[in-house]
Amino acid sequence: MPPELLEFEEPIAVLLKEIEALGMLPATGPRDAEIASLRRRIESIRADLYRNLQPWQRVLVARHSSRPSTLDYVEMLFTGFTELHGDRRFADDHAIVTGFAWFHDQPVLVVGHQKGSDTKQKIYRNFGYARPEGYRKALRTMRLAEKFNRPVFVFVDTPAAYPGIESEERGVAEAIALNLREMVVLDVPVIVVVSGEGGSGGALGIAIGDRVLMQEFAIYSVIPPEGCAAILWRDSGKKVEAAEALKLTAPDLLKMGIIDEIVPEPAGGAHTAPDEAARLLDAALARTLAEVGALAPDVRLNRRYEKFRNMGRLGTDFVDQGG
Amino acid sequence: MAWFKKTRTPIAATDKSSRVPEGLWVKCPGCAQIIYNKDLAANLSVCPKCGHHFRLSAIERIQSLFDGDWQEYDAGLVSTDPLGFTDTKPYRDRLRSTIAATGRKDAVIVGRGRIDGIDTMVAAMDYSFIGGSMGVVVGEKITRAIERAAADRIPVVVVCCSGGARMMEGALSLMQMAKISAALARLDRARLPYIAVLTDPTTGGVTASFAMLGDLNIAEPKALIGFAGPRVIEQTIRQKLPEGFQRSEFLLDHGFIDLVVDRREMKATLASALRFMGATGHPAAEPAVEPESAEAPGAPR
Repeated sequence: MPPELLEFEEPIAVLLKEIEALGMLPATGPRDAEIASLRRRIESIRADLYRNLQPWQRVLVARHSSRPSTLDYVEMLFTGFTELHGDRRFADDHAIVTGFAWFHDQPVLVVGHQKGSDTKQKIYRNFGYARPEGYRKALRTMRLAEKFNRPVFVFVDTPAAYPGIESEERGVAEAIALNLREMVVLDVPVIVVVSGEGGSGGALGIAIGDRVLMQEFAIYSVIPPEGCAAILWRDSGKKVEAAEALKLTAPDLLKMGIIDEIVPEPAGGAHTAPDEAARLLDAALARTLAEVGALAPDVRLNRRYEKFRNMGRLGTDFVDQGG
Repeated sequence: MAWFKKTRTPIAATDKSSRVPEGLWVKCPGCAQIIYNKDLAANLSVCPKCGHHFRLSAIERIQSLFDGDWQEYDAGLVSTDPLGFTDTKPYRDRLRSTIAATGRKDAVIVGRGRIDGIDTMVAAMDYSFIGGSMGVVVGEKITRAIERAAADRIPVVVVCCSGGARMMEGALSLMQMAKISAALARLDRARLPYIAVLTDPTTGGVTASFAMLGDLNIAEPKALIGFAGPRVIEQTIRQKLPEGFQRSEFLLDHGFIDLVVDRREMKATLASALRFMGATGHPAAEPAVEPESAEAPGAPR
């Protein structure tokens, strides 16, 4: 199977092989017609598959190595990006990028996880596993944005915060905790997009904002399905069941009130048509920024507080039995 | 044929596995000392010989901190199993049996009382309730506690004892980190004291939110405190972790907690810190303190 295709896209792989075989034959009218019809069938199969994606399949799409990253979206949605490095404490973390740019001619700050697409990049980016410095850099640059009254866009795409010795030594928990507390009172519009893998505390650590948007095939979870399966089923092979149980898909999270809006993706996922994905995202971001930007600062901050305050609703998620 | 024949049946094990009645004595995991249970309780469940800190239940913890009477809040909050979660057994059943076994409805108790005379809101987590894990009820109770304290302008103390977020409540449990931290932001801006007490174990989403946000972060000795669990880290780096890694003293060395305090000194330390932060209240001036609790302040049961 071609590496671009995911395991559940097998039917597409079969047709691609047929097209490849036909391509070896001499070019004739009927052959070209056959190829064109196969291509149409691929599109319709793809559309079908993606309309009915199961939770585990969404996990695979969200983790696809060609899925557009923060820096891809920076290139497609923003102009004049200048990356800012370092937490002014210890180091520059490569798994979180920050920088200023212009969004429809408006100066903004961009913050986001970066996983890296090829092996060399993946290692450089630590596969998107941010260390404490990444969270501290994010907060430092967001305070810069606050000082100069610039809105913040956040792209979330990480498997988790880095679970290593140096992370613990340098207080990754404290870095995330501080972001949670400070982002809720950051006095500029903050718009969050869960664009890939929303991996537990490592994702949440930069994901507090006035609005939380989520791309159609992204996921957001308290624990990766493999980890959940290993702990609760004592069998990491039960990841499909765990993905189902965790309710980590965009429609599930919208229902629970954890995200505000689903941003549609192209039929085969953002990785098959990044430009189209960016166009859809652009429209959602522009509209959201206009809405949030129009609010008076105290109203905006109160609503941001209430938004997170109301996660876990009386009568729905818990009840009061008294006593 | 064997040369020798057993003429007697071997000495049979006694029917009872132990002649000592269950629960009267405990063996200290720190020094193997056998301790009389009542002595242990009178010593706040700290081994008198080696100082090993046994885990306290939430109710014992609260009683160890308050002078006497205290008022519980939100004891009736119960999770509805919002995800309809099932692993090897339904979460709903797990909740029901844990509620039956512990007599509590979730993993935290919130109470308001006096710590050495200082009117304080205390939330204490209970490891015996699904590993002290944080779901919507824990998040809501702690958030309400912080909001009430902010409204009444009194300090907050949260005693952490938790494995982290409760997986069975999915992303909702993750969001409790944000919810509690948001309430703490307001408490912080209102210049009210918040002290996090970290006990064994404090890991995962609890560490990465309110456990690390205290004006003071105070740990009990040798408590496991970390973000990722030791096993996860070992799997990532593929080597054994050094001795003492992620223990209170390790965090103290790396600058993430203010002090490590023996449980028997905890109440006095909290009171003194709260006084530094401007809290007032004097035990002598409090006629509400009952004689028997004044006699043995802080003793559980």
